[in-house]
Amino acid sequence: MTAVLECTGITKRFGQLAAVDDVTLTIDRGARHALIGPNGAGKSTLFNLLAGTLRPTSGRIVLDGRDVTGKSDAWRSRAGLAKTFQHSSLFQSLSVADNVAIAAQRVSGDGLRLRRSARSCPDVDRCVDRCLQQTGLSERSGSRVSDLSHGERRQLEVAVALATEPTLLLLDEPTAGMSAAESDRFAHLVESLPKEVTVLLIEHDLDVVFRLASRISVLHLGRLLADGPPADIRADEQVQAAYLGTGATEELFLPAVGT
Amino acid sequence: MTRPMTTPSSRGSDMAVDEVVAAGRPSSRGVFLTRHLPIGAAIVLALFAVPFFAPADLANALTRILALALLAVSLDLLVGVSGLPSLGHAAPFGVGAYAAGITAKEVTPFAPVPLLAAVVAGAVLSVLVGLVVVRTKGTYLLMLTLAVAELVHVLAGRWTAVTGGTNGLVGIPAMTLVPGGEPVRLAGIRYWYVLAVALLFFVLLVVVSRSAFGRSLRGIRDNEQRMSSLGYSTFRVKFTVFVIAGAVAGAAGSLYVVQSRFVSPTDLGFEVSALALLAVVIGGRGSLWGAVLGTALVFYLRDEIGPLLGGRGGLLMGAVFIAAVYLLPRGFAGIRVPRRFHRRQEAS
Repeated sequence: MTAVLECTGITKRFGQLAAVDDVTLTIDRGARHALIGPNGAGKSTLFNLLAGTLRPTSGRIVLDGRDVTGKSDAWRSRAGLAKTFQHSSLFQSLSVADNVAIAAQRVSGDGLRLRRSARSCPDVDRCVDRCLQQTGLSERSGSRVSDLSHGERRQLEVAVALATEPTLLLLDEPTAGMSAAESDRFAHLVESLPKEVTVLLIEHDLDVVFRLASRISVLHLGRLLADGPPADIRADEQVQAAYLGTGATEELFLPAVGT
Repeated sequence: MTRPMTTPSSRGSDMAVDEVVAAGRPSSRGVFLTRHLPIGAAIVLALFAVPFFAPADLANALTRILALALLAVSLDLLVGVSGLPSLGHAAPFGVGAYAAGITAKEVTPFAPVPLLAAVVAGAVLSVLVGLVVVRTKGTYLLMLTLAVAELVHVLAGRWTAVTGGTNGLVGIPAMTLVPGGEPVRLAGIRYWYVLAVALLFFVLLVVVSRSAFGRSLRGIRDNEQRMSSLGYSTFRVKFTVFVIAGAVAGAAGSLYVVQSRFVSPTDLGFEVSALALLAVVIGGRGSLWGAVLGTALVFYLRDEIGPLLGGRGGLLMGAVFIAAVYLLPRGFAGIRVPRRFHRRQEAS
């Protein structure tokens, strides 16, 4: 299996604090890779380093064989890296379809064209229909973003990300603030994503993580604590200690719900 | 729009949902043909007919308002559609006016030539200014555009050899509609020319706003950071719209000169920028046509009502602005009682 993303020894310091400390991580093509860790472990910093909104203090990030360490987030997006944000980041005054179309027309190259009417880009329309269908939003295409529920906004985030035709999709805590039913629907959505799209999921909800992930990396105090298939992670004592301190931690990782 | 609860038995309400959703996207062309086009055509016809029944004074006043309306609409593309607030839009307008005036004096008064010169001048100025100011946003953009416009304003007053200094550019010949032909002296014909050119550019701006590029502009307005994380070069998008708006403002400047046959530094001063912005806000940001109504109101108040108040016109303008912000938060364009009524009918 080839790697879509390779980080080698990346470190991010804020003053004295090393928020991400010498992390080396490989994400395989087609993987459903989850990144977990207690609060303050450096997950969000690592996400921003990968997304390109922060630059690492040291280390190297290689996307699809190309060194992207010094590249902007826009550049990385054009290179096939898409992301959804922890806090929904959408175009509030536009319709659901237009939100996806903005992403799709960047890919098709219509985003700067004056002669193309927004109502007659066949490529863009086709892409919009497909992405909305994949994320279960087809019947909401005419609604405004401000009329969507929280869960639907997260679905739309994914639709927008998919429209950029990514090879790697980063999801930053997508189920934060969701009800159990919404989380379940969202997990189902991630499961139904095309296999060519590699997914890196940063997530708090361990039920969702163990349901989706084919591989899990655990971050603790900025360092990579463990990295392996779900079964190994579940059994790892270090991981259990990091999550709850030493003590009775079995319940947290019991294969209880749906796994 | 609320999403009706669909009970398994109610096929009827299911279909209603489909209709409402369909109204969201593909049928906007239908709305355009059935509602917008007839209204637009009626307004254009009415405007066209003005010289047949109105005195020359009114035609002249309308000519000036049309030129300034084009300025306001081009500003609306920046402010309302793209979210780039500019307080210096009089700069490309004034530079266009000077370029048109000088071309008419020195080269030819044949109307398309000064017009083209004005468009090029407005675009060139916007390229130079845009390269710097478009990198900023919000209040910084507002202040930078204001600073640049003040610089241009001062330059227009000082560069006497070219602009005529504070006395203004005088002796601009009347335009001709054929090369070397008779100068147009009739207010009605001048009005028709300005109406035609203003309409042409207005349609151009509407096309831009409705294009795929226009969708990118709204994306910039709503969430610029997301645009760049989707892979857009937001600088390119913003720079392009800045230059388009500047070029059209230049065209507006040339239309202004066609009527006044005089340009002075005041024409690219702060007041023009501020009134244009006021017209956009009163008209309703982002609608384009709202800015036309806003201009008509603002300049009617300033030029017709203001003088009657003995120098207290500014007070009235301020009161109108405050009233507009409170009573019409989305401007004239935000008033749409009939439309809401239509939708309710469809849903029931």
